[in-house]
Amino acid sequence: MKKIMSGNEAIARGAYEAGVTVAAAYPGTPSTEILESIAGNYKDDIYCEWSTNEKVATELAIGASIAGSRSLAAMKHVGFNVAADPIFTVAYQGVNGGLVLVSADDPGMHSSQNEQDNRNYAKFAKIAMIEPSNSQECKDFLAEAYKVSEKYNIPVLFRVTTRVCHSKSLVEWGERTEIGHKAYEKNIAQRVCAPAFAKPLRPTLEARLKDLEAYSNQSPLNTVELNDTKVGIISASIAYHYAKEVFGDKASYLKLGFTFPLPMDLIKEFASKVDTLYVIEELDPFMEEQIKAAGIQCIGKERIPNMMELNPDILAQALLNETRETQKADVALAPRPAVLCAGCPHRGFFYSVGKKKNTVVAGDIGCYTLAASQPLNAMDTCLCMGAGFSLALGMAKSFEVSGRDTKVFGVVGDSTFFHSGITGAIDIIVNKGKVIPVVLDNRITGMTGHQENPGTGKTLMGEETTRIDIAEMLKVIGFKTVRTVDPCDLTKMNEVIDEALNSTEPFAIVTKRPCVLIKGLPRFKTKCVVNQDKCTQCKMCLKVGCPAVFFKEGQCTIDPSSCVGCDVCLQVCKFEAIEKVGE
Amino acid sequence: MKETKNILLVGVGGQGIILVSNILAAGLIKVGYDVKMSEIHGMSQRGGSVTTQVRFGEKVYSPIIGQGQADVLVAFEKMEAARWVEYLKPAGKIVVNNYEIPSITIASGQAQYPQGVIDALEKVFNTTAIDASQVAQEVGNIRTQNIVLLGALVKALQFNEMNEEDWIEILQENLPAKMVDINIKAFQQGYKL
Repeated sequence: MKKIMSGNEAIARGAYEAGVTVAAAYPGTPSTEILESIAGNYKDDIYCEWSTNEKVATELAIGASIAGSRSLAAMKHVGFNVAADPIFTVAYQGVNGGLVLVSADDPGMHSSQNEQDNRNYAKFAKIAMIEPSNSQECKDFLAEAYKVSEKYNIPVLFRVTTRVCHSKSLVEWGERTEIGHKAYEKNIAQRVCAPAFAKPLRPTLEARLKDLEAYSNQSPLNTVELNDTKVGIISASIAYHYAKEVFGDKASYLKLGFTFPLPMDLIKEFASKVDTLYVIEELDPFMEEQIKAAGIQCIGKERIPNMMELNPDILAQALLNETRETQKADVALAPRPAVLCAGCPHRGFFYSVGKKKNTVVAGDIGCYTLAASQPLNAMDTCLCMGAGFSLALGMAKSFEVSGRDTKVFGVVGDSTFFHSGITGAIDIIVNKGKVIPVVLDNRITGMTGHQENPGTGKTLMGEETTRIDIAEMLKVIGFKTVRTVDPCDLTKMNEVIDEALNSTEPFAIVTKRPCVLIKGLPRFKTKCVVNQDKCTQCKMCLKVGCPAVFFKEGQCTIDPSSCVGCDVCLQVCKFEAIEKVGE
Repeated sequence: MKETKNILLVGVGGQGIILVSNILAAGLIKVGYDVKMSEIHGMSQRGGSVTTQVRFGEKVYSPIIGQGQADVLVAFEKMEAARWVEYLKPAGKIVVNNYEIPSITIASGQAQYPQGVIDALEKVFNTTAIDASQVAQEVGNIRTQNIVLLGALVKALQFNEMNEEDWIEILQENLPAKMVDINIKAFQQGYKL
């Protein structure tokens, strides 16, 4: 029977069927559901965990491979940057149990800070690459990925994109193949990449890539569909389906599933059979450049954009000059950006810090990045995971040497603190940085949909575990004063921020209140309403940027169905016009 | 059915759009269609504009719907209907919830909620406006709005292969037991509209 599955669920199923026994990840859209699905469905057969960050997840998977397991690490595209260090060297070392690294790229930046094309990593790190185009292929190609990894002694980059991860299509299931564990044997020359051992491994990698190219030309993942030969299309991943949508059976196709090393003989042969050759790929001209370098004429990025998500409309316009008839409605639309939820604990901190003059807030990746938008405007920077502390240190040092007295806050979430904030916090202490680090501890990894982190006290497999205390860690690192505060209590929040600004010793803040969306936690018992008799319509309550508080028909109003009763709006009202109701 | 049909579901994060898409897909699969769906997770869910797309037919390639291509647009919030109408075929249908959720730009007074949305839609498109929140309240749970809209959508699809009872069976198969009864009521009310 066929089941409808997302690409991520199909990758999880594929890992199960391929006999994987160890899987690890750090959550990140669009990759998160891979490990969630493994934990939800296959944890009896696959050990799985949320690792502290992507580098830890990757090294864990490498270790499991060396020890003899088929293993998998999954991450979003920018997470692959974090994990890059071990990947470049494990390519020299090779594998024992099959090793697959899933990179989930986000063309169009639906939920990311950039849209880097991680196919380049395969060429850069000299590892094999497989790209499925739908859920069935996510499952089936993963089985082939493990065979390739073990046969050619190479890690496989399993590259997917948002539309592959988060679109759902029908999948025919198979059975799990019990591979068992390979024997572990100590092999210093292969596993210890000191220069003396790395040098002889280096040429073996080139030899393995040659073998892989021969495989690529024969791979069942690379298929030719000959129709009319006036137009030939080379494509891979989701772009193949867009091409099929636009050209149907009026063109011939070379659909590539094994995309590094490219099957250049197969490509030459296909090119010789068609009059015009298009290379249709999302983002960079990854295939096109290699194909052109091999002396094959083709049309690609001169017509198809090299940025943002591709779709059939863009292809039809670019290659066939076709557009579809559309109609508009005469409505003046208001933008609907994402917003911190009603009752979000981050609101209290950002509202308070946003009012402090002559301060800078270096932010980080998470729900709290939304505090940069209107009306809070309470963040100066957001770059990457962990930069909240270390980038803040750089700003503080620059202000110091230039004699500017601006105070710098470095802000990270709890999961981000464990991911890569800790190293920055240590740097602040050791190098005497004038930064006030703030950890927004909401007990969970929020933005990606509530994954456990080292502060949660639970593992991905559902076991109780050590809950790491962030405030204690900051103390151990060397912050003389660490204040833990409920960010929804604006008076206390404000006092703590002032205390930090006036402190001459290293001072850190932990705001502590669970994410309002965590199920099963005690809620606020009351809700807020506006007493219109007292309200002067000063609109102060709108400044907290809560989606439950709005101005309608000349009145400040609170929507009872979305208010959760955090009462941050009540605390900013100078006229006591916001009251609590219910118990 | 040779031609692929396209249904675009739009609304605001948290309105239960993904559940409706899943139930719809389950029904289409049961009939034997090839089905593809696409949705976006992550940041945009936090009160932002969200969409899921369902395509079905003999063989479906792209999981996403192009401009001017949707047969039916189901809007869980009325301004969102207007935001996505360019994806509708000129002869396509709109099923719109006559329900208003102000965005943060409106809430904080930087923008206005547009007036006359339903009229503007009706002028150009074959539009069915329904008051799903009121119907859901009458049924007994405001959170069944999404299933009321599913009922209205299924009706608008004029989908001969499945009748009301068949869809109710799909609901039973895809909802937690304690939620089934109230959602069947919501579905029936939506189907009547």
